Amino acid sequence: MNPFSFHTAATVDNAVMALAARAGTRVIAGGSNLVDLIKCNVEKPEALVDITRIEKLSAIVDTPEGGLHIGAIVTNAALSQDERIRARYPLLASAILAGATPQLRNAATTGGNLNQRTRCYYFYDTATACNKREPGTGCPAKEGRNRIHAILGASESCIATHPSDMCVALAALGASVHVRGSQGDRIIPMADYHRLPGETPQFDTTLEHDEIVTGVTLPAEAAVFAPNHTYLKLRDRLSYAFALVSVAAALDLDGGTVRAARMALGGVAHKPWRREEAEALLVGQPAGPGTFAKAADILLAGARGYKHNHFKIELAHKAIVRALTQAAAGTAQSSTDKRIA
Amino acid sequence: MIANDLNVGAPRSRIDGPAKVTGQATYAAEFPATDLTHGYIVSSAIAKGTIADIDTSEAEALAGVLKVFTHENRPRTAWFSSNYEDQVGPPGKPFQPLYDDSILYSGQPIALVVAETFEIARQAAALVRVRYVAAVHITDLEAARSDAYEPPTKRSGMAPPSSRGDAQKAFSEAPLRVSQEYAIAAEYHNPMEPHATTVVWNAEGNIVVHDKTQGVLNSQAYVANVFGLSKKNVRVISPFVGGGFGSGLRPQHQLFLAVMASLDLKRSVRLELTRPQMFSHVHRPETINMLSLGADADGRLTSVQHHAVAATSHFEDHQEVVVSWSGLLYKVANASFQHDLAKLDIYTPGDMRAPGAPLGVFALESAMDELAVAANIDPVELRLRNYAEDDQNTGKAHTSKELRACYSQGAERFGWSQRNPVPGSMREGHELIGWGMASGVWEAYVFKTSARATLLPDGKLEISCATSDIGTGTYTILAQIAADGLGVAMDAVIVKLGDTDLPEAPVQGGSWTAASAGAAVSAACETLRQNVLKAAAKMPGSPLAKAGIDDIAFAGGRVSLKDDQSKSVALAAVAMSVDAPLYAEEVVKPGLIKNLRTSSFTHSAVFVEVRVDDELGVIRITRIVNAVAAGRILNPKTARSQIIGGVVWGIGMALHEEAMTDHRVGRIMNRSLAEYHVPVNADVQGIEVIFVDETDSQVSPLGVKGLGEIGIVGTAAAIANAIHHATGKRIRSLPITIDKLLG
Repeated sequence: MNPFSFHTAATVDNAVMALAARAGTRVIAGGSNLVDLIKCNVEKPEALVDITRIEKLSAIVDTPEGGLHIGAIVTNAALSQDERIRARYPLLASAILAGATPQLRNAATTGGNLNQRTRCYYFYDTATACNKREPGTGCPAKEGRNRIHAILGASESCIATHPSDMCVALAALGASVHVRGSQGDRIIPMADYHRLPGETPQFDTTLEHDEIVTGVTLPAEAAVFAPNHTYLKLRDRLSYAFALVSVAAALDLDGGTVRAARMALGGVAHKPWRREEAEALLVGQPAGPGTFAKAADILLAGARGYKHNHFKIELAHKAIVRALTQAAAGTAQSSTDKRIA
Repeated sequence: MIANDLNVGAPRSRIDGPAKVTGQATYAAEFPATDLTHGYIVSSAIAKGTIADIDTSEAEALAGVLKVFTHENRPRTAWFSSNYEDQVGPPGKPFQPLYDDSILYSGQPIALVVAETFEIARQAAALVRVRYVAAVHITDLEAARSDAYEPPTKRSGMAPPSSRGDAQKAFSEAPLRVSQEYAIAAEYHNPMEPHATTVVWNAEGNIVVHDKTQGVLNSQAYVANVFGLSKKNVRVISPFVGGGFGSGLRPQHQLFLAVMASLDLKRSVRLELTRPQMFSHVHRPETINMLSLGADADGRLTSVQHHAVAATSHFEDHQEVVVSWSGLLYKVANASFQHDLAKLDIYTPGDMRAPGAPLGVFALESAMDELAVAANIDPVELRLRNYAEDDQNTGKAHTSKELRACYSQGAERFGWSQRNPVPGSMREGHELIGWGMASGVWEAYVFKTSARATLLPDGKLEISCATSDIGTGTYTILAQIAADGLGVAMDAVIVKLGDTDLPEAPVQGGSWTAASAGAAVSAACETLRQNVLKAAAKMPGSPLAKAGIDDIAFAGGRVSLKDDQSKSVALAAVAMSVDAPLYAEEVVKPGLIKNLRTSSFTHSAVFVEVRVDDELGVIRITRIVNAVAAGRILNPKTARSQIIGGVVWGIGMALHEEAMTDHRVGRIMNRSLAEYHVPVNADVQGIEVIFVDETDSQVSPLGVKGLGEIGIVGTAAAIANAIHHATGKRIRSLPITIDKLLG
């Protein structure tokens, strides 16, 4: 860990100014990921700007359009327990509760979760090469211990995955990320917020250095999925483990027929993995295993395994079908009963 | 021998519990010292080679850095390798930190930064520049197993038993045969408390060392030998240990480094390993078992062949008891054993959670399950058919063996009779239900241990012994024994442990502490009773003036005549009547003649229910019944906790724990508790513990066998067998993860 200065921002603009002033400045809120990375010498910030005192970022408010806007420093715990979220976007609450531990969720924030970094072993170990940590040094994961790595959207430079559960639900629900920077405000659709590694895996997101996340908006229309959703997470132990594969599935049903569908995968790519073609295929079809398997085929098209993670392709396919089955039946995966319905 | 009385045999809460949950218990890295300095270790990035250049200038230039120790500037320590040996180490040359420019394993400590604060030391450690010349390393046991060898020097007590009969021939003639390989991944102890040492230095040349250790005397002797100090100038104090699991048996490198720095800088030093650094020393060796069973058509064993290959380092031959259990547990005339080692570029493995036993028993009890399937015999029935009354390896009689009762009571509680033997036949919705079982076995030892009992002037009873309490409940059981010994309330007993100034005890391990330290405390109390009587008899007008030891009773804090309890003296009054506190010190030793003629083991039968999702391979362990025969149970509450703890580690072994090495860099990649998985609450459901009645007047003076390890031994095998019953899939490599059940 290197020494750094610590500033408390009173306003979002303060924070943006601090970021713009120095390249080595990082935003800190809950610190549940950043502090670890600093201890491991992966992140070496010169300055930290604390945004947890910016009151207006801590609220969940109704939008004029009928959606909900979640402030960047709303904690994972508060978000998952919010009555409006649980009623209108239960998929999001479910995904959050599938991640981390109560202690971590009490500290972790919405903005921080969007910006958490991969769990790739090589990224964390400064004794090894890693293109994400030190561009141009190589990716030992491709031929190394890659059990937890990507099967979709990876590149020669990087096969890391995004570790978030929350983001998988946000992607499925079509959320948008609100950011502010020196150049003003932007709204980034969730699908464009995280990126694929390509040749620049050092960038996890499309956020500019002088921008901070101010909040996330859930669209009104996504509330239609509340009755038929699930977040199914498969991992190496029954709690407190990152996803090998997770599926956020949401259906809008007309009797037994799919009116609209959303699917996103976690643990398989550098970003929450969504393909609109797979969702479009379900529309107008009967909500049953045959259709679900075809949708899974499309969602996983082009999947490629490495030495230790080939199993994820089969696992993901089965998980997608199962999750859609759960969603269709209106039996969302329980976050406390680990039996998979 | 003290009969079950008010406290012994009764469920009692831990007397150290409140101190632990309120933060009052002080651990190695928490002891205060004036002018304390802080160390931080720089670890090797490569697995083998040499340090071509180590540049500490930038680190040393940082304000607050006192010194950066490397192989180039380290202070002189003992010349002979034997000075670095310890009480429990294996044959070989112990690792010497900062010895020279050689890199022997990834994560090896190659420099120690000492600074005024922890933060400065940590920052400076990142500024040490190292240039390596790498050599070709091997960390893959599969790659090295063809070069495996029988260790020429056996670690004391760890040699496999002699082979008997002609196992090869009997196997080839057997109508039923099972011959398979069973592998267990390398595991790391990962106690909650990382290894740490605080050395308190003073100008008189004495040091007090607070070390995370399971044996203060072992740490003391090591420090004295390595640094050429007199033992009287080295006091090691370690009253609380935040989990040992075997990782604190041998001195670890932070002890060497902290003492070295303290003596050199003439300052107090604290050094604590980080969690990733906890993967840079002792661990359970990766082990491959080749196990063959031959049986007649009724499932009666005719041949057992158990050959294990385990990893060790290039500098020491770590050995543990892996294969012996296969010759011990069942009646079989022909048996052969071999325990080989393969050298890897790793640190020396060591004892961990019933060292060897769950590895060998996983193989044996998996193979027995395979035999049960092949013979179409119920797994419990198969074990009863092969039940051994005597120790099959030595021919000696057991001092007690109630394993039959473990099978029957465990099966009854579990509902085993309802089991449909056909794999995959029991299901509920998507979940396949599997019921599996296995036997467990562990040795019951007594080791030479001393204890002192002192009647303090205020009438309280002080018990002291150098043994540790690594979380097993030693403080509590010793207080129970002492309370009943002198007839006082438990809260009138003060127990002092983990200090080299106290009466000698061996390292705490091998499940021997309750039997050994318990007996020593009991004996000390016995003698103290006589001393108390003598003093009481001399008191003016004493009603006990003419009483003999058999005429009196100790109860309620008083000594009274058995025949007339109105005639009594308070212990507090006796304590007040003497000039110096009354005390007694006793030592217990293993019964040598008893050991020549008999064998003593604890046994268990573990029954497990798993539920496995038929499509996704997700495993849930929903019920475990562990029936244990371990002689006399001193405290059913702490005893149950110990067994539950062992079972939880068995779950970890079966489903979770695996150090994942990238063999190209020779480095463990999942060096954190987020990525090295151990069971969490969600993985642990109903665990039921049964202690079957087992009376054993020979095993140890109190009839105690010990419980520290038996809980884990059969658990992983029982889980694997349950998974086979659920899915029809026989997984022979641990841990059993989702990918192994897919497809």
